[in-house]
Formats: sequence, C-alpha cells, structure tokens
Amino acid sequence: MLQLDDLRLRQGDFRLTANWTLAEGDRLALIGPSGAGKSTLLAAIAGFLRPDSGALRWNGADLTAEPPARRPVAMLFQDQNLFPHLSILRNVGLGIRPDLRLNAAQRAQALAALERVGLGGMAERLPGSLSGGQQSRAALARVLVQDRPLLLLDEPFSALGPALRAEMLDLVTALLDETGGTLIMVSHAPEDARRIGGLLSLVDEGHAAAPVPGGEAFANPSPGLRRYLG
Amino acid sequence: MAGRAAALAILTFLLVPLGAVFWRAGGGAMPDVHDWAAVRFTLWQAALSAVASTLLAVPVARAVARRRFPGRGALIALMGAPFILPVIVAVIGLIAVYGRGGLVNDLLGLACLPPPGDGRPRCLSVSIYGLHGVVLAHVFFNLPLAVRLILQGWLAIPAERFRLAAHLGAGPGDVQRLLEWPMLRATLPGVVLIVFAICLSSFAVALTLGGGPRATTVELAIYQAFTYDFDLARAAMLSLVQLLLVTGAGLLALRLGRTEGFGAGLDRRIDMLPPGGRALWLGDAAWMTVAALFLLLPLGAVAVRGLSGLAEMPPSVWGATGNSLAIALSATLLTVSVALALALARRGWVDLAGMAPLAASPLVLGTGLFLLINPVARPVDWALVVTLAVNVAMALPFVLRIVLPAAQEVERSYGRLADSLGMRGMARLRWLILPRMRRPLGFAAGLTAALSMGDLGVIALFSDPDKATLPLTVFRLMGAYRTEAAAGAALLLLVLSFGLFLIFDLGGRGAATR
Amino acid sequence: MLKHPTDSARRDKEDALRHLAIATGLLAATQAAADTPVLSVYTYDSFNTEWGPGPAVEQAFEETCGCDLQFVTAGDGASVLSRLRLEGARSEADVVLGLDTALIGAARESGLFAPVTVKADYALPIPWQDPEFVPFDWGYFAFVGLKDGPMPTSFVELAESDASVVIQDPRSSTPGLGLLMWVKQAYGDAAEDIWEELADNIVTVTPGWSEAYDLFLDGEADLVLSYTTSPAYHLIAEGDDSKIALPFEEGHYMQVEVAGMLKSSDQPELAQQFLQFMVTDAFQSVIPTTNWMYPAVEPDAGLPEGYMTLMEPAKPLLMSAEEAASVRDVALDEWRRALSQ
Repeated sequence: MLQLDDLRLRQGDFRLTANWTLAEGDRLALIGPSGAGKSTLLAAIAGFLRPDSGALRWNGADLTAEPPARRPVAMLFQDQNLFPHLSILRNVGLGIRPDLRLNAAQRAQALAALERVGLGGMAERLPGSLSGGQQSRAALARVLVQDRPLLLLDEPFSALGPALRAEMLDLVTALLDETGGTLIMVSHAPEDARRIGGLLSLVDEGHAAAPVPGGEAFANPSPGLRRYLG
Repeated sequence: MAGRAAALAILTFLLVPLGAVFWRAGGGAMPDVHDWAAVRFTLWQAALSAVASTLLAVPVARAVARRRFPGRGALIALMGAPFILPVIVAVIGLIAVYGRGGLVNDLLGLACLPPPGDGRPRCLSVSIYGLHGVVLAHVFFNLPLAVRLILQGWLAIPAERFRLAAHLGAGPGDVQRLLEWPMLRATLPGVVLIVFAICLSSFAVALTLGGGPRATTVELAIYQAFTYDFDLARAAMLSLVQLLLVTGAGLLALRLGRTEGFGAGLDRRIDMLPPGGRALWLGDAAWMTVAALFLLLPLGAVAVRGLSGLAEMPPSVWGATGNSLAIALSATLLTVSVALALALARRGWVDLAGMAPLAASPLVLGTGLFLLINPVARPVDWALVVTLAVNVAMALPFVLRIVLPAAQEVERSYGRLADSLGMRGMARLRWLILPRMRRPLGFAAGLTAALSMGDLGVIALFSDPDKATLPLTVFRLMGAYRTEAAAGAALLLLVLSFGLFLIFDLGGRGAATR
Repeated sequence: MLKHPTDSARRDKEDALRHLAIATGLLAATQAAADTPVLSVYTYDSFNTEWGPGPAVEQAFEETCGCDLQFVTAGDGASVLSRLRLEGARSEADVVLGLDTALIGAARESGLFAPVTVKADYALPIPWQDPEFVPFDWGYFAFVGLKDGPMPTSFVELAESDASVVIQDPRSSTPGLGLLMWVKQAYGDAAEDIWEELADNIVTVTPGWSEAYDLFLDGEADLVLSYTTSPAYHLIAEGDDSKIALPFEEGHYMQVEVAGMLKSSDQPELAQQFLQFMVTDAFQSVIPTTNWMYPAVEPDAGLPEGYMTLMEPAKPLLMSAEEAASVRDVALDEWRRALSQ
C-alpha cells in the first residue's frame, strides 16, 4: 500500500498537497491541466523532490528520506528513458545491475524481457536505430527486469501516435497483470485513463484529489473535472 | 565530495606557496611607482587585446557558423593552432610575417615610390614593435579562443528560431537585431573577460614586441623583483595584485555573462539558413580568408624556417621530446580527471577556483613551492611532481570551461534516469559520464596535451638538468647561437603539439561505445 | 670507475651462473658510489648542455678528483643566485659557477661565500683581485652587426645614425644590465641624454639575449647588443665571416664570469680543488668554443684561430661591484625615463 501522508510539496512558488492511499495492484491516472503539478507529485514519489512536510510510506515503511534507487519504484520519464550510447541489452541490464556486471543468468533475464516486449533479436542495437515504439518497448523491458512493485509513468508515450500509445498502454497493463504491480501514470488524455481502467485523481489548484474509480468519475464528474474535460 | 576537494586543492596549491613567500619575506612591500605604472600598462594592454580579439572574432564566428564549404572542419582546427602554440615559437612566426624584414613589409616594399632627392626610395612600412604589436600578438593567440566561444553562442541559438525569422521574412539586419544581438550581449562579456585574464599575465610577448620599458607588465616586475633585486616582499605583493586583478575579472565575468564554455562545439549540426545575397557571401568569405591568413601565415613561417633546421638538431632534442611527451600525457590525464571531478561538483565557486590559476605567477608559485619543499626534501626530486602540478593548474581554467557545461548537460538530460537506476560512482562514470562526454573530454585532453607540451612548464628552481623539455631545449639552442637548430626544434614542437591535439580531439569524436 | 653498474648488469643478465658474482659486483659498485664524495656545482642552464662546457669539464675533473661532479642548473646566473639565497645555509651547493661582475656585489652581500685562494696567471685585460670569486671566462659587450651594414663608432654616432638596434632589458638580462653600466660609466651624468638620443634607434627591448640575437639574425635590426666574441661563433661553427663586432670609441664594458665556494659546503677541500682546476688548461681550453667567451687563463695551445680576427677594444671598462651597486638604481631610472617617452 502506498500512503501519501499529508504530503506537502513546494517548488519555488508552486505548492501541492496530497493526502490519500493507494492499494497494491491499483492503477491510478493523474490528470489535470498543464502545470498543475502531476509530474511534481510523481517526482516526489520517485524521490527526486523532498517533501516540505508529511510522509510517504510503502507498506508502512517510511520512504521519505530514501534516495530514488532505494525506493520500490521503477519510473519512465517523458523522454531520455534510454542511454543512446548503450545497446538495448545494456540499457535493460542497467535495471538489473547499475554497474552492468551481469552473470549469465542475469543476461538471460534481460534477453527474456526483451523477448517479452517484442524486441527479440534487437539486443545489440543502439536506441537511435529503433523506432519510437520500439524505444518505449525497450524501456518497458527494463521496467520488467527492475522488478519493482510500483511503476511510475510520466507521459513516456506522449510522443507516439494514438494507436501506438494505446498499444503501449495495453502492453503496460498486460505486464502489470503478470506482475501484480501498482501503477501511477500522468496523463493529459482522458482516454488513456479509461484505457488502463483504474482509478483517477484530479490534480488541480494545488491539490491532488483522492483517487476515485475512473468509470464513476467520468460518468459523474466533479466540478473541477468537468472544467478540465471542458 | 571529490569536486570540492579538488577546488580546495587548487586554491591551496595557489595560495599556500604565495603565503610561504610572504612568510619568508617577513611581510609584503608596497609596490613602487614603477610597479604601479606596470600595473596600469598591464591592464591597458590586456583590455585592448581582449576587446580587439573579441570584436574581430564576432564576424569570423558568424561567417563560420552560417557557411558550409569543403575543408571547413580542417580550417577551424588549424585556426585553433595559435592558441596552443608556445609563446616563443609564435613570436618568431609573427615577426617573420609582420617584422621589419617580414613578409608584409617585403610586399609593401614592392610598392616603393621612386627615390626623392637623397636617392633613397620611400617605402611604406609597418612596425610590429609597440603597444599595437603587443595587441597584435595577443589577438593572434586569443582570436581562435574567442571565435570558438562565440561560435558556441551561435550554435546555441535553436535552428527553429532562424527558420521562424526566415518564415517571417526577416532580413539579415532583423536577424541580427532579434536573434544575434541578444546572444552576443550574453556571450561577449565572458569572452572579453577570459581573454583579458589571459593577457594579464603576459611576459615575453609584451616585452619582446612592446618596444621598450613602457611595455612593462606586472609579470616582468615580479621577475625583476625576484631575480634581480631579490625583493621577495615586493614580488609576493605584486603577485597578490595580479591574483586580485584576475579574480576580479573572473567574478565580473560570472556576473555579467553566461560563462558557458567553448564546448566541444562545432560538431553540432545546425541548419542555419545562410542568408542570401552576394555581398553578404563575399563579406563572410573575406572575413574567413583574412582570419585564416592572419592566423596561418605565422604558422607557415615557423614551418618554413624550421624545415632546414631539422637536420641541425642535436641528439638531445629527442630526449627532450620524450620528456615533454611524458609530461604532456601525464598532465593530460590528471587535468581531465580533476576537471571532471570539479565539473561534477556543480558549484559556482568551484568554477572560480578553476579560473584562479590564470592569475598565478609561475615564478612566485615556484618560489613558494621551493620554500615549502626545500626544508624537507631535495627540490630536484620533486621536479616531476611540481612540473606536472603546475601544468595541470595552468591548463585547468581552459579545460574546465569545456568540461563544465558538457557535464551539466549530461546531468540535466540523464541525471534522473541514472539516479532512478541507482547508477553511482564508478558505474555512473563508466556507463554514463565518460561515454556521453567523449567529445568534450577528447577536446579538453587535446588542449591540455598541447598546452603542456608547449609550456616552458619548468620552474627554473626545480629544473632537473637531465630532464629538459622540448620548449626549454628550443630556448637553450637559441641561447647558444644555434638559431637553425632552434627553428627545427620549434617546428618539431609545433607539429607535436598540434598532432597531440588532433589525436585526442579526433579520438573523442570516434564511434560511441555500445 | 664503474659509472653505470646497471648497464653491465643488464648485459650479463642471461648468464644465470654469474648472477651471484654480478650481485656481489653490484653491491661493491653501490658501496663505491656511496663512498665517492659528491661535488655539487650550481650553474646556469646553458653551461651544462651537450654543446656547452659542462660535459667536458665534468669528465676532465672527475678523472683527477676521485669524486662525482654534479651540475645543478637553475635558469640564468641571476636565478642561480636567487636560488642560493632562498636555500641559505641549507644549500647542497659546494661551488657556484656562473655569476658575473654584475652579480658579485649582491653575492658578496649575501654572506654565503667563503674566501678562496686560487693562483693563476689571468689573461684578463684588468688586474683581478677578489677574496671570494675566481674568474673563469670573460668578454666585452659590443654591438654586433653585418660587415656591409652600418658601422657607427660610438654611442653618439649610433644615436645620430638611423641604424636600428635591438637591446636587452637591464631588469631581466645580464647584457642589458651590462649596457646600462657601459653607458653610465662612459657618460656619467650625461647618460640619460645618450639614452634619449638612442631611443629612436632601438627597435625593441627583449627580455633576454636569445630573443634579441634571434631578431638580429632574422634581419629585424642592423645591430644587436652582444659580445665581441659573437662573430667567432659564426666564423668557427658556421664558416660565416659576415658578422662583426663594432669598436666603440668610449671603450667597451666587460663581463667577467666567476665562480665561488659556499661557506656551507661539506666538501671545502674538493670545492677549492675544483676552483683551482677551473683555471687550468683542461677547463680553460674548452671555454672558447663552447661558452664562446675569452678564457680567463690563456690555454696552452693559445686561442682558437677564429679568435685572432676578433675586434679588441682599446679601452676596457668595468665598475667595481660596489660602484655598480651604487649607480644601478639611478642608471635604471634614467634608462626607463629616456626610453619611456
């Protein structure tokens, strides 16, 4: 269970509060206008931003002071999710060992992950030689080997076309079905939120609302959500 | 943290020896009226040199930025050579072109007027000696640096802006006002100030070309105070004055402009639409030709002079070459490591610490180190360490300006990803920093190798008689009437310095690791 | 003496049977090296180059002294003295070789030097009596030019002519300082006027001799301040007789290069022995064609042939160290004022 315990974030003049919990296996979409603080909240959960006050817990353990790599979190950013100078295999391998000293089993694990996301046979390619969709798959393969219970997506697929984006989200949900992982993703597009078919949290006016089931929220939108959906 | 430790080490390395000189002298002595005259002249020539180098660099950088032609890369590389040239070699080259018996005056001599009454033909002639000669030489040294810094500014303007301007029908004048002028206003103060700082410690150039005691610099005053008057108190005080001047210039530069360095640059593809118009094209071509001739003719003169001397070189030249290469390569490894550590520390005052060595007087630094080491060990046993340390310190200001922005760029782009993957220490260095920074590191290494190769680098107090360097050998040959052999060794030095630079620079451009 | 035990060790390295013997030999050699007294001689940089006097001098002295002569170089003569003053009594130096008449005053004042007694029949144009410093070579400063170039015969004539000249800075070079003293001794209170007259003849003032001479050879000036012995180099080493030294009516200022022994030396006998060796033929005969100066004592075989053709000034000039010290600052101010206009 992820617990945002009266979390208060500040970045310059910007402020954001959140006070809710998320059960293991839940899938949450953070939606809201640009600049509302969706990415900021994600950054705080991932450990790139120290909260002003409040605490962040995972299954009761306080994460607030943990560095990013020590959190139960795998994250994909808007861009630069792969190191362009390293092969796909090495990029995935970094999720297993950051110093890339992989033994045979670990190497096989990385290759299997690539196979799983449909990139079998492309292990030695450099990211630059892959299409946008393939790059996203490679990044997801790394998420797989990282084997962290909490996945954070900061609009990593926003540069892809609608069909490809949908395909990626389907892949993500399929992977989560296999691992039972928890997902928090930032999105501009309500259809993305519908696609993962989980919870919804509106981030607006300095506050990240408590998650509510997506279907319900769309059927019966709050005033804030209505304003956002237009 | 390694970076802060390195910054502290640099400041310690500069300040403790100065302190030792003060301590030995029993305090400072106020500089006399002549010293203040030297301070004034030093400031004046440095200011003129900095402004001239920068202003001339603007049209050259613009021409290079917006034109494409075969051999452009080679031209840029060659044009950078004066900056890495040993002073003594460069002065020889400059005199061969602009001296009384030089190329320019020979050409002017062809256009002599017929003799008037006294039977001697009237000829136009130019003299390189005087303040203008000092400025000319400083422009020769620093124009390449200024061009590179400003070029970086041009390349930093996103191509989309030029496209937008073209789309809106903006002419060259509008582009200048809208895009180029704001960039220049942000870039030029930093360029002026770094060239200013470099020129503050001029010694041999100012004296040889200055034409007389008017052209007395602080560095000469320090030399005189130390060597001929043995007035340590005055030497230390003057050194302090010099340090304050450069630090002041550095602080101003940090305040006034963006001081992003001259980057690996030049490799970034920029789709800057060359403005149309024959006049502009001709203008750009003219600027590039003039700059190329100005910078390359003296180099050519060094080469021509040296060719016949190559056969005259005594065998000791080869030993000296080996020593110089060893020093240059070790200094390169050390400097790049220190610069990388500093760059990853990401702090403003770290940047300033890296600039401080520009201000150090090698003589006072050497004396201070000597005073510190002599009571506990034989200075000659420390010759290698001291030579290396001095070379590292002297190259650092330049290397840091290359490595710092590149490191910041890598951290900005990939820092979070690396953090989230737990890449720290050696893993981060090996799999992120080094491969991402190959180009700037290669460029920085090339620059350091060339600078250390050409540096007289040896502080006389520590010189090991059996370990002469190549520049020192050039100087010794000159001092023993062996001008031809000296010219040959100078050519060897030029080729090796530039060769090392190219090898590292090109090595950095090689294929990325997989 | 086995100078390089490691070399012989390397040669025999493959002969395993002899390992033990070699090892014993090495030990003995190291032992011998440790027992050999070391004479440390501080000198200027160019003295101990492969084309300078250093190597021949070292070999000749080591043949007779049963010692190890080690040269330690430190820039020019003035830098050598600075280094000694920095080191003070802790100095490893036994002998300092390469101070000149302009530095003797300061050297004496430092109190670092011990009295020496060396007997020699000096070939100097002036009588030499000094309790601490022994001359090893000398020369006259002179303007050097080309045979077919301008040949003024005095400072006044030079100033009136439009001949161009390169000189050295008295604040950073020995010849520069020599010229300053030359003009001062020849013209006294009128020295400043002479400098003012000379100002438009002076192309530039270089930090040292090398830069000035290089400029002259490059044709940057008609004349350069150097030594009367300079043409000998071109004549002997290059077979070139186009360079000449100009005789000046005022006479010519001298430079005498000297050596001295340090009070703090731990090898006083050896140092004394070296100074005596310095005025013998083995040392002196090397000087003319390596240091390109007149030897302080005429070599047994006489001077090399090229030296016979050299210009010999009628009137040698030289201030005593005390005199030079007392006028130096005034002369420097005059020089600076006159050339700064």
